Amino acid sequence: MSIATPAVPTTGPGSLQRQFDDTIAADHRIEPRDWMPEGYRTTLVRQIAQHAHSEIIGMQPEGDWLLSAPSLRRKAILLAKVQDEAGHGLYLYSAAETLGADRAELTDKLIEGRQKYSSIFNYPTLSYADVGVIGWLVDGAAICNQVPLCRSSYGPYARAMIRICKEESFHQRQGYELLLTMMRGTDEQRAMVQDAVDRWWWPSLMMFGPPDAESPNTAQSMAWGVKRHTNDELRQRYVDMTVPQAEFLGVTLPDPELTLDPETGHHRFGAIDWADFRKVISGDGPVNRLRLARRRAARDDNAWVTEAATAYAEKHP
Amino acid sequence: MTGWPLYEVFVRGKRGLNHVHVGSLHAPDAEMAVHAARDLYTRRNEGVSIWVVRSVDITASSPDEKDPMFAPSGDKVYRHPTFYEIPDDVPHI
Repeated sequence: MSIATPAVPTTGPGSLQRQFDDTIAADHRIEPRDWMPEGYRTTLVRQIAQHAHSEIIGMQPEGDWLLSAPSLRRKAILLAKVQDEAGHGLYLYSAAETLGADRAELTDKLIEGRQKYSSIFNYPTLSYADVGVIGWLVDGAAICNQVPLCRSSYGPYARAMIRICKEESFHQRQGYELLLTMMRGTDEQRAMVQDAVDRWWWPSLMMFGPPDAESPNTAQSMAWGVKRHTNDELRQRYVDMTVPQAEFLGVTLPDPELTLDPETGHHRFGAIDWADFRKVISGDGPVNRLRLARRRAARDDNAWVTEAATAYAEKHP
Repeated sequence: MTGWPLYEVFVRGKRGLNHVHVGSLHAPDAEMAVHAARDLYTRRNEGVSIWVVRSVDITASSPDEKDPMFAPSGDKVYRHPTFYEIPDDVPHI
């Protein structure tokens, strides 16, 4: 499917820009072969690629526990979840490709550190409780971020997000159920859950990105309908949603300043360590190098499979 | 993955429904594309049948020509049942 050459002027009434603006204003969807401003295209490619990379790298922290799952039931669940993350990455690369991006090139950019992925996956999973906490907190935060993206102004991205959100719900529930089971277990198991919550709570708050005052692209992205809420709005929604779940579970969220403001009905929470966030996102988190090295190895070590399949297809047309 | 052609994937959700476009994937040939589409797009019983088509083989109308392309149907209101005024007391019409 080729990109159409514009046949009408790009500015002025009746122009391509005006048609694009009208489509956005009417809250209709932009589709792959429509004319779109270059900034819209590059913003979307960056956002979708970053999201796809996060899903693919996101297979690793939990993948580490596949061979050590405590039962066949937990192993089957975890395997299905990690397989879903791969699927989500592929839906998203497929959406990025409709914008003219090349899939292999996006992977190269990830491996060479020229495109980012979510900072959350640069922390290690130290115990099996981490699997549960990732499902509950990390996927919970991801759901807050992703549900509004089902209404993204770019059609293929919105449609990919609808599929993803349906599947994320299983991810969060399996995590919470795992934690409920551990909390009904021994003191040692309860301590493992609390330790995992202590380590993942603050990084999960950082998943929403920098505070609104330091997020210069938010206004443009919201005007284009590729972002529906600000980072701080979504972060607040996540905290309000999670606090009662933590109470039910019987764990303490590691923030002494966390309180319900009776006037607003929202929870106030302590200051986030943004210096740490910047360090992790720019490559200096606990396991950044390991994550990228593994992704590189997956590409390089499995290249022979690709080559064999290509050779077979050529031999049997 | 480099060099593998892009396939568009269409899934029939259940008997009686049309195949619907669900996304795309790269594969070395059509047979592998069907297998990959099964793994990627029907992990939760989303389909009973899959079509794959090479993306380059799709011919599409151009969005820039959408007005002249679809205008002919725009002014033919008499093609719609609501164009015709029938007294309320005529049964079954």
